[in-house]
Amino acid sequence: MNRATTIQLIILLGIVFLMGQATYTVSETEQVIITQFGEPVGDPVTSPGLHFKVPFVQKINVFDNRFLEWDGNPNQVPTRDRRFILVDTYARWRITDPLLFFQRLRDERGAQSRLDDILDGETRNAVAQHNLIELVRSTNRNAEDVQIESEEEEVILEALELGRQAIQTEILETAAGRTSDLGIELLDLRLKRINYVTEVQQDVFARMIAERQRVAEEFRSEGQGEAARIDGERELELAIIQSEAYRIAEELRGKADATATAVYAEAYNRDPDFYAFTKSMETYEQTMDGETLFILGTDSEFMRFFDGDR
Amino acid sequence: MADLPNIDFKRIEIPKMPNLQRGSLAAIIAGLVVVMAGFSTLYQVQPEEVGVVLRFGRFVRTTEPGLRAKIPFAEEVRKVPVQRQLKQEFGFRTVEAGIQTQYAETTRDLAGEAVMLTGDLNVAVVEWIVQYRVDDPYLYLFKVRNLEETFRAMNEAVMREVVGDRTVTEVVTVGRQDIEAQVGLRLQEMANQYEMGIAIDQVVLQDVNPPDPVKPSWDEVSQAQQQRDRMINEAQAEFNRVIPRARGEAQQAILQAEGYALDRTNRAEGDSARFTAIYTEYRLAPEVTRKRLYLETMQRVIPKVGRKLYVDENTTGVLPLLSLDGTATRPTADSATGGN
Repeated sequence: MNRATTIQLIILLGIVFLMGQATYTVSETEQVIITQFGEPVGDPVTSPGLHFKVPFVQKINVFDNRFLEWDGNPNQVPTRDRRFILVDTYARWRITDPLLFFQRLRDERGAQSRLDDILDGETRNAVAQHNLIELVRSTNRNAEDVQIESEEEEVILEALELGRQAIQTEILETAAGRTSDLGIELLDLRLKRINYVTEVQQDVFARMIAERQRVAEEFRSEGQGEAARIDGERELELAIIQSEAYRIAEELRGKADATATAVYAEAYNRDPDFYAFTKSMETYEQTMDGETLFILGTDSEFMRFFDGDR
Repeated sequence: MADLPNIDFKRIEIPKMPNLQRGSLAAIIAGLVVVMAGFSTLYQVQPEEVGVVLRFGRFVRTTEPGLRAKIPFAEEVRKVPVQRQLKQEFGFRTVEAGIQTQYAETTRDLAGEAVMLTGDLNVAVVEWIVQYRVDDPYLYLFKVRNLEETFRAMNEAVMREVVGDRTVTEVVTVGRQDIEAQVGLRLQEMANQYEMGIAIDQVVLQDVNPPDPVKPSWDEVSQAQQQRDRMINEAQAEFNRVIPRARGEAQQAILQAEGYALDRTNRAEGDSARFTAIYTEYRLAPEVTRKRLYLETMQRVIPKVGRKLYVDENTTGVLPLLSLDGTATRPTADSATGGN
């Protein structure tokens, strides 16, 4: 009994082991190449599910079926206009021909290192062939849509030869040509980050500060100018108001004086002598006061009778 | 064990124990198998999830929330939170969300995510978040390895592409909504191209600033803007303070002149009327009237005068003896004599 069960158990385990050796599963994310003593056999298995193979003799080699990542190292590269920038790229790729891939690169590690060579190289080439502005901007802008605050910002209006997207495509296409015989399909390549290297960055910051200060100065000057204009307007307005008032007032006075003169002339002209007489009398009365020393000759009209007979 | 006869207790136990053990062991194993089968058959899908069922690695179906069953050992389930809104942060990290959300300190790496070049070759620091959902669980699980990393890289690339088409002023001030919309659109396009199975809900810009060393000069600009406005306002205020008053004063001057004119003409008419009246009478008796007027005037004038000196025409020698204070002696004498 005991021995029988043991034998049964061993047989069962043997079957299970054999089954394990004869079957394998391929998941949705995988593709498999069967090798027999290291030599690839048959087509790659790409359909997911349960599969069979010859036990012990055949070995499965699993490759990823998904889009895979590649992340470039930030490279310090000069652009065509001699600006030193750090360029960080990423790419998406996929193993399209696992057999070829297996033969050429063996595994992903090999692939990553080959991609490093190809993509970094192509990126460097592309960057070195273009001006910085081409790498940063993608499209041309309409002058009317952009608010330009200072001259420095006007680079935004320069016409592009290619632009960022076109350069990315260019890199992708040349690189794709070099990866096609590796069993790899390059799906996409993007410039992820572009930054100034530290020393250049300091210069750029200094330039930005100067630019801002210029804008600030412009605002201040604009304020001063506008204020001066308003001051001027005020002075002009004031001059107009005051001088006009003066003119009107003097005209009024002049007219009145003229009328008065005419009235006086008409009246006094009847007897100028009598006018002189009465006016003198009036004036004597007004001008003489307690301070006056009055010397009267006896020959005067007033003292005539004081002198006795005359 | 059987050759230990002195212990009755044991002898009874021996045949029984293995029986009992064997029976209970089988029961336990059977129970375990049932429980395990149960555990690997039944599974629960939470309300915000769907279950993706794989049979030997092959996708067979998706299942809705609730208690579900699968073939044990042959099938496995991956759960994907399709209803949950997922979020990625760039340039900052939330450590603990709450009423007062805690943020991680900005490290070099974090800052690196946010620093980018603008279209006028300046630098801006742009922080943003993107909210997205799983749209197609199949694609989400099986098409892209390291989906989250890929998605982050996409975000960085797209944001820089969009910001790279704008001036630093646009990025920092007026361009925000436009940038959000554009980035959202392009991310969705790329997510479709990469077969990621996600839908972008929205991209929201957080702090968008010029780089720290440059910030003070930006503040200076807004300060200058305010200074400009203040200067203009002050000038306008001065204008408003002076001009209406000047208008009033001008009116006043004109009115005064009108007053003067009236005064002057009225007086002239009055004077002339008076003169005419006197003159009419005077003509009737000129000689006597003239004398009367003269003498009457003298009568009124002389009492008011301070010092009087009566001089005989023959005794003019007295004049040099007078100590005059030098004031208008002669004119007075003249005017006195001028009455002739």
